[in-house]
Order: sequence, then C-alpha cells, then structure tokens
Amino acid sequence: MRATAAEETQSGTLFLLCLASWAIPGAGHLWLGRRSKGLIFLVALPLMFAIGVAIRGRLFPFELADPLVGLAALANLGIGATYFIAGALGYGGGDVRAVTYEYGNAFLIVAGLLNMLVVIDAYDVAMGRKS
Amino acid sequence: MKSHLLLMAIFAFFVSLVFAVITKDDTREQLRFGGMMFGGFLASALVLGWLMYPFPL
Repeated sequence: MRATAAEETQSGTLFLLCLASWAIPGAGHLWLGRRSKGLIFLVALPLMFAIGVAIRGRLFPFELADPLVGLAALANLGIGATYFIAGALGYGGGDVRAVTYEYGNAFLIVAGLLNMLVVIDAYDVAMGRKS
Repeated sequence: MKSHLLLMAIFAFFVSLVFAVITKDDTREQLRFGGMMFGGFLASALVLGWLMYPFPL
C-alpha cells in the first residue's frame, strides 16, 4: 500500500524534526513550541558535554573490533553537532592519566544518551502521544 | 576540579534535570521529581561509598 502525499509530507517533517533535535539538543522541542523545555535541553546537554571534555574525557573512536568502545562512540555521537565541532577543534582526546578521566567519559557518554532520549521525546510530542 | 563528590553531584544534577523535564510537564512536578532523583543519586552514592569502605580487605 502506497503512502499518501500527506503521510509522506508528515514523515518527511518528522524526519527533519528528529534530525534537528539530534543535531542541536532541544531544537525539536523549540520547533514544536515547547520553549522552556527546549531551552533547558539546549543549555544543559552541551554544558554537560563541555564539562566532560574539560575534565579530560575521551570521545571514543568507532572501533568495531572492541564492542564496548564502539558502543561508547555511538553514545558520544548522540549529542549531535557538538560532537563534530569538538572533534574538529581537537577536543576530546582524553587523558587516561587524569584522575577525572572516567568521570569525563561518563559525562560525555551520558550527555549523548540523554540527547537520544530528548529526540525520542520530541518525536512522541510531534506524534501526539505526549502533551 | 578533582573532587569526586562534586563531580558526582554535578552529574546527578544534569541527569535529574533532563529526566524531570522529559517526564513531567508541570513545573512543581518537575521540581519534585528532579529533587527526589537528585537526592536519590547522592544518598545512594554515599551509602554505597561507605559500604565499600572496608574493601579491599
């Protein structure tokens, strides 16, 4: 069964919404008019990521040979554009000798995972499953 | 910034904040849920820390 033009337009908009929400934390909520929620995500998640970088956490490489490193890289990627900006500026190398290294990794990984939850929440709001 | 307790509190704050904002819509409910989650993080970390105090034996 072929999708109607309206359904295709809606799915296209949903895809763009999720992409925006992933790339810029909180953008999906701002798009949907949830200004206060969007602003909180927009500030909190990049700040959490920045703290992770500042305390010498590491942005993990995509190494499929080591599944845990690969999963950590996937979680890091969840923060969106901030991940690529940090990488391009040379941040996120990590320092395993630093006493805060593991804490930094936790901040970076969890910031990405939380942003994935935010994307799912924006999708649910757009679908009318949440107010 | 090398204080593990402070870093743990900051981590707990951010996680509690995002979960409270995602799960609740009303500001009072968000504050209540976020506060309880933040307190739970701190309390469980302190209790677990003291329970692990004798190790390694």
